[in-house]
Order: sequence, then structure tokens, then C-alpha cells
Amino acid sequence: MTQSSIITDEMRAVIGQESEPQTVEVDRTAVRMFARAVGHTDPVYFDVEVARRRGYRDLPCPPAFLGTPVFNPNQPPRSAYVSFKSPFKRILNGGTEVEYFDEDICAGDALTSTSKIADLSERQGSLGPMLIIRFETTCRNQKGKVVAIIRGTGIQY
Amino acid sequence: MAEQVYFEDINEGDEIPRLGKNCSSQQLVMWAAGSGDFYQIHYDKDFAQSTGLSGIIVHGALKHAFLGQMLHDWVGEKGRVKTFGCQYRGMDYPNQDLICRGVVTGKRGEGGENLVELDIWTENPEGQKTSPGTAVVALPSRK
Repeated sequence: MTQSSIITDEMRAVIGQESEPQTVEVDRTAVRMFARAVGHTDPVYFDVEVARRRGYRDLPCPPAFLGTPVFNPNQPPRSAYVSFKSPFKRILNGGTEVEYFDEDICAGDALTSTSKIADLSERQGSLGPMLIIRFETTCRNQKGKVVAIIRGTGIQY
Repeated sequence: MAEQVYFEDINEGDEIPRLGKNCSSQQLVMWAAGSGDFYQIHYDKDFAQSTGLSGIIVHGALKHAFLGQMLHDWVGEKGRVKTFGCQYRGMDYPNQDLICRGVVTGKRGEGGENLVELDIWTENPEGQKTSPGTAVVALPSRK
């Protein structure tokens, strides 16, 4: 007995479409707040003098910190991705990978991120049919250089 | 901070220093603010239970960040974390020990850098690998 696919042509059409660029700010308060929340003890994430002595222009970002998207309640809520109407109401985070490039990311940087759905697949799980979405977000700094790529997996069920 | 590690000192199979964590619900709130993920399953017990969970769970992305801290602390000032990722296979809960671990799986030179590959994971008190993943770091050479 074959199961009909939950992935429609409409869904497939969004694969590869880049979202509108999102402005992301990197500031000292957010770097410290993130580092503190994780429990980092390296002073480089908290003390600007230590960061500069180590050759950074300002506080560097801890691993997995890529700035704060600019929030504005007066703008319509925007989806991070070119999205689709999903039959599922629940979503779980399946995993994250961050790849860094040559440039450091430090407080004072202004990043722009664009995201896309890289892949859609489906699985039968213990919770029933599941939609697996692989996202990709590319972060560029104010010089236009790619500083990081985030690859994430979402599981809708 | 620990002494700087160098590429020549590392061998396949080496385990890197473990990082022990035990998140309070307060830490999960701090992470919600620090990451911008305000999903209530991480701090509102009633909400978490209404979605079928037994209670509040640790954010997957926080576990990923913990693994990042473990790698950062290991590579030292002269090393660099290049890529790291993990899958959120098992749920982890607050007020429970969570150990971050890593094992070297390979070494290679590429693009003028000395790269080390690792398997990384978070482990719960039952010894299950709740967030298995991999990493690539660059280490300085003694040469």
C-alpha cells in the first residue's frame, strides 16, 4: 500500500527561493547577553580590552551567535523564509550547523541575512507523517563578504 | 584558561575536555532572551504539557551553543572553530546533568590550515547521545 506524498507542487515551488534580506545587528550588549546565557567564561566575549589585545576590533561573536534581527512592531510580521501553507501545526527544531568563513564577526558589524528552503522531504515517524525542511541562511557583513552559513532542519508534524 | 593546544599534539581518537552543564529554568529564560527564541515549551510548563511534552525542555539551539563553547575553550586563542553542527535527537531537561563531549576523528591540511575533525555530542545522565554532531576546527602548528 503506497502512502500519498504530503509534499505538494506548491511546497516544492518554494525550494531555492531566497527570502528578502533581513538586517541583523551585532552589538556588545547582545554578545554579552548571549555569552552569559550559554555560560561562557572566556573574557574575550565580555571585555573589549581583552578582545582588542587578541586582535579583534571589538567583542567577537561566540560560536552560534550571529547577531540580532532588527525587530519593528510597526512592520508586518515577516517569515524568515519564503514559506508555504503547511498541513502541520507543530514544529520541532531538528538540528543546526554553522559554517564560518575567513572574516571574524564582531560587535559593531551590520549583517544581512537571506534564507531559503534548500530541501523538503518526508518521513513516517512515531508521531505520524513528518515533513523535514532543510533551511539555509547566508549571512553577509557590511563589506558584502559571506561570514557564515547556517544550515537548519525543521520537523513539522 | 587551559594551555594552547597544537595540531601536532592531537591524535585521532583523542577525547577533548568535557564541558558539564546543568540548566536551571532561569538559564532557559536567559537563553530565550539571548537567542530571541521565546517558544513557551522552554519556560512555561503548562504550555509544554499541552503540546504533549512531560515538562519544559532545553532549547536545541542552546545545546548547539554549549558544544560551541566546548570547542572554543579547547581550540584556545590561536585556534578557530570553523564548522560545527548537531542534530537534536533526544530531549534534554532542566536541572539535569548534560555533558558535552568530543572525539577527534581526523586531521588534515587544507588551504594552508591545520584542520581537525571531531564527533561532538551532548550526553544525558543515561549515557544517551541527545545531540550528536560533527565539527571542524583549525589549530595552530608548532612549526
